[in-house]
Amino acid sequence: MTPALKTTDLTRSFDIGKRLFGPPRARVHAVNPMSFEVPTGETLGIVGESGCGKSTLARMLVGLLPPTSGQIEIEGRALDRADPAAFGRLIQYVFQDPVSSLNPRKTIRQIIEAPLRNLHGMHGPALDARIAELFDAVNLRPEFLSRYPHEFSGGQAQRIGIARALAASPRILILDEPVSALDVSVQAQVLNLLAELKVKLNLTYLFISHDLAVVEAVSDRIAVLYFGSLVESGPAEKVFATPRHPYTKLLADSAPVVGRPLGGAQSGELPDPLNPPLGCAFATRCPRASDLCKRAIPELRVVEGDQFAACHHPLAP
Amino acid sequence: MGGYILKRLISAIPVLLGITVIVFLIMAMIPGDPATAILGSYATPENVERLNRQLGLDEPLWKQYFIWLGNLLQGDFGRSFALNRPVLDEILDRFSATLILAGTAFVLCAVLGVAAGVISAARQYGLADKAITFVVILGISVPSFFLGMMMILLFAVQLRWLPASGMYSIWGGGGLVDLIRHLTMPALALAVVATGVVARLSRGAMLEVLRQDFIRTARAKGVHERRVIRGHALRAAMVSIIPVLGIQAGFVLSGAVYIEMVFQWPGVGRMLVDAILKRDILLVQGGVVFVAACYVGFNIVVDVAQAWLDPRIKT
Amino acid sequence: MSLFLRLLFRNKLAGFGAVVLGLIVVLALLTPILPLHPPNETNTANRFLRPLSDGHLLGTDHLGRDLLSRLMWGTRLSLAVGFAAALVAGLLGATIGVIAGYFGGRTDNVTMRGIDMLMAFPYILLALAIVAVLGPGLFNALVAVAVVNIPFFARNIRGVTVGIAHREFIDAARLAGMGNTRILLTEVVPNIVPVVVIAMSTTIGWMILETAGLSFLGLGSQPPQADLGSMLGEARAALITAPHTSIVPGVMILLIVMSVNLLGDGIRDALDPRLRSGALSRPMAATRVKRAEAPAPKGDGLLRIDALETQFHVGPRIYRAVNRVSLQLDPGECLGLIGESGSGKSVTALSVMGLVASPPGVITGGAIRLNGQDLIGAPYELLRSLRGRKVAYIFQDPLSTLHPLYRIGDQLIEAIRVHEPVSHAEAHRRAIKLLEDVRIPNAAQRARAYPHEMSGGMRQRVGIAMALANDPEIIIADEPTTALDVTVQAQILALLDDLRRSRGLAILFITHDFGVVAQLCDRVAVMYGGRIVEAGPTPKVLAAPAHPYTKRLIACVPELGAGRRALAAIPGLPPAVDDLPPGCAFAPRCEKARDSCRAGEIALDGDARQVRCLFPEVTP
Repeated sequence: MTPALKTTDLTRSFDIGKRLFGPPRARVHAVNPMSFEVPTGETLGIVGESGCGKSTLARMLVGLLPPTSGQIEIEGRALDRADPAAFGRLIQYVFQDPVSSLNPRKTIRQIIEAPLRNLHGMHGPALDARIAELFDAVNLRPEFLSRYPHEFSGGQAQRIGIARALAASPRILILDEPVSALDVSVQAQVLNLLAELKVKLNLTYLFISHDLAVVEAVSDRIAVLYFGSLVESGPAEKVFATPRHPYTKLLADSAPVVGRPLGGAQSGELPDPLNPPLGCAFATRCPRASDLCKRAIPELRVVEGDQFAACHHPLAP
Repeated sequence: MGGYILKRLISAIPVLLGITVIVFLIMAMIPGDPATAILGSYATPENVERLNRQLGLDEPLWKQYFIWLGNLLQGDFGRSFALNRPVLDEILDRFSATLILAGTAFVLCAVLGVAAGVISAARQYGLADKAITFVVILGISVPSFFLGMMMILLFAVQLRWLPASGMYSIWGGGGLVDLIRHLTMPALALAVVATGVVARLSRGAMLEVLRQDFIRTARAKGVHERRVIRGHALRAAMVSIIPVLGIQAGFVLSGAVYIEMVFQWPGVGRMLVDAILKRDILLVQGGVVFVAACYVGFNIVVDVAQAWLDPRIKT
Repeated sequence: MSLFLRLLFRNKLAGFGAVVLGLIVVLALLTPILPLHPPNETNTANRFLRPLSDGHLLGTDHLGRDLLSRLMWGTRLSLAVGFAAALVAGLLGATIGVIAGYFGGRTDNVTMRGIDMLMAFPYILLALAIVAVLGPGLFNALVAVAVVNIPFFARNIRGVTVGIAHREFIDAARLAGMGNTRILLTEVVPNIVPVVVIAMSTTIGWMILETAGLSFLGLGSQPPQADLGSMLGEARAALITAPHTSIVPGVMILLIVMSVNLLGDGIRDALDPRLRSGALSRPMAATRVKRAEAPAPKGDGLLRIDALETQFHVGPRIYRAVNRVSLQLDPGECLGLIGESGSGKSVTALSVMGLVASPPGVITGGAIRLNGQDLIGAPYELLRSLRGRKVAYIFQDPLSTLHPLYRIGDQLIEAIRVHEPVSHAEAHRRAIKLLEDVRIPNAAQRARAYPHEMSGGMRQRVGIAMALANDPEIIIADEPTTALDVTVQAQILALLDDLRRSRGLAILFITHDFGVVAQLCDRVAVMYGGRIVEAGPTPKVLAAPAHPYTKRLIACVPELGAGRRALAAIPGLPPAVDDLPPGCAFAPRCEKARDSCRAGEIALDGDARQVRCLFPEVTP
């Protein structure tokens, strides 16, 4: 069966200090060659801290940012040109900040209509019926349609954002920190709604978050990013329970958990992106680092079963 | 810092070249040819043609530009036909007068404007704030030339405190005191508008900064409110005030044209207006390039001051 | 629209400007049908008649022309030219700015270099050069003034456009299949229009002044036609003998420009939403206090907050951010204050040292006693001497809370010297020591760094060092790790925990994260809707929450290690604190709520373990 989403050696670098003419002063590799697959109907959770490249990856996957190299395939079709309109029918995006993702000068109806008209050429009664259906799907009252975004709370605005994404009838949703701007008591509402929609519409999710517990709760598989590279991936229940990459272990230990003493308080910071290390980017912070780690970048490979890690000295379970 | 200054100086070169291109192109669009203007409309076609050749006007435009630029770089700005003297000599004579007038007005507007803005913001909605706001509105609404004329009526004609025009008295003139007496009214009239703008922007910048989190941090440390305003807040506000000062310098220089007319101040502005009315093209061209180049130089100073104040810029 | 007009006329000066300008415009429009002398009819016998002369209300000029008539015709001309110039400059400038800002890259680069080039001229030089080419004349002056102002508009609008082009709704529009042209027209432009209107309304006055100026120099309107500027220019020769010929047009220019400016400012204020909410007010040095009387002191403790009420007064609305909150902090204790956004936890913390921004914040009741001394309403100097010395703060986002333009060493030195008259060298030595205490490597060298040169974690360490500078008894940490990554958060929490134990600090820790509370705090208080709903020793509260809100909040937060699962969501939204229901604020979202819950005040019952609920989950 073809996977819903497949990337092959996807990379992206940014030029720093652009000049009017001539080459830039420096290049930063935001995403190093990255290959992964997401089977239809699955949720792939992507975790990583700031600067790990998760937003760049997400923007490439929906065609908002052209990749520097590599390939994106959606349901077997290669999308090699960054064209959001072409991507839009297959893959949609739910933004982190629900309020900022809605144009303050448009009514909710105008916002939801846009993908229906532009991507599917709908109009007239069919359009109205579809809007009503979408609004019902995200549990919003139809009278909200004539209002403006500033009249809504974060949770409601995020439902509107989800309805807009669904309006394109995509196969895949990229959820970029969809609940981190929301209040704790509202987060669960939105997460549950997303879970419900996935089953109902047979969607595939890419769930990006910095919150390990949330990712673990919603994902089938989890991929851990560090400094632009995929360092570990595996089934959700295993990745944080029995981490194979020392960085994943550090993440899991750092998360504050009720009933566990303060942990993971290990010093060290990200390397300088303008001056990346020769070997493993985590080597300077890693207790298991050897000379090999400082020389050679480890490849992502099977550690055991369906758990993968990019580490020369993976942890035993 | 040295590196930044050097970088800034180098980046000024294309700007200066751009200025010469713009000025050259504008002047090239002037209808009629200079030879006719110089020789008068009764000149024979042969004479006109000969002069055109002498002036290099039969060459293609880009070649003319490089000839002109080459001459500029050697300090040859051409000859003013109306005054019958080298353009550069005339400009240098006049520019010092403008510099004294505009420089004084600029210092006045910067100091008074920032002070008024800070007081206004620190006492928001208080009496001082309202008074300053009113004066500012009046200041930015009055034409400087009208203000100058009214000042002449009041201080020179009615009260006879200050001389009405010129830079030095015609007899027994000279000396610093005489200059200051002549300078007071034009400098004030020129400064008023710019002061209004600076005060207004400073007030806005201060209010913006005072709401920032780091002001709360300073207060939470126990820093005295006086120091919070004059130290923490003003310093941060200066980051947005200094560029405005740079722009205002251009406005002061521009306003000087009117003030020089009203007070018969022997500066570049009056020279330019006269030159335009007499269609003395070379003098206009030279004057515009010279003043613009000085202004570019001044803006480098502004940028360096900004970089010195804000460590985030130098990266 | 009607809201806009109401806002506009709320500003009295703007209303005045609108009325004056309206009158002038109406008169100017009516000029052709008013019974006036022809403006260019000369009568040298009647030169320089004074105002109020027979048949010439404002007198005559040097050619005996009627000044009133010339004034009205001149006003017409000046207004028309000023508006036209503003319109042309505004539209062209905005178009350039929008295109450069939206497309970015090389388009932007090349356009803006060109604009910078034009701005390298003092604007009048450019105007003079343009008039020199086109020749003197009113229309040419208009062109010159418009062209000269295009760069200002282009710059301004470009900046705003860049901001909008990077907003997420533009990305959303792209994903909705919209092309660049449609996005520009339907997504970007509607958001730019108010800015263009503001920019134009605040520069029309300036344009009128400029065209008048060119005419004054003799480069604008040519005789016999006269606008206000050329009237002034012609009158200048007779300034001393017949001052009224100068004063009349001069005062008219002043009136027009002033009314335009006042109206423009009014329009700006009415359109700028930040000003609408009163957010541009400067916060005072200490929170305003409007308290009837202090509650009687009861009990002791290092810090005792009794029935604190802090409100935000915005227009007619009153937000009860903190509603009769009582807390106690003992020496060496760590108290966690937990709640969602808007629950009042941060406002409670900031109220302690009077740091709630005011306006709009007001402390309306209660007492805050530090070692028995009431701080509410205390003189500013006393409050200041306690800030940082007895009670220090650590704030959320260390990038915005450190001063961006001072070296971090200097910021620490200042914190020390504010309270202790030590020499600079001594303070510097201590500052280095503090940086070492918070485990910043190369402290001596790092002291010379600016905040933007450090990472988030390092900056927060500086924030902590600054709080420790004067060995305070209490540290109030307001979500100090929320902006940080999880591995950095763990480092900072461990550091705080160490410091508190080694120095015997009392910490009031504000957070929304139960995990953090569990790991760091001895006791915890839960806030909802501006009130404390539950408090007690952390392990007990977390193990057996008594208030339904606490219980359901804990349940709806996923916990690491529990695997994939459905979450128990709480329906509904947190309450708006300007419209709190009577009784329990959680009642509308609580499945256990009965009529009695909505009836009236519910007390916070209990001693060490407190709960504000009629039907608690467990009996404390």
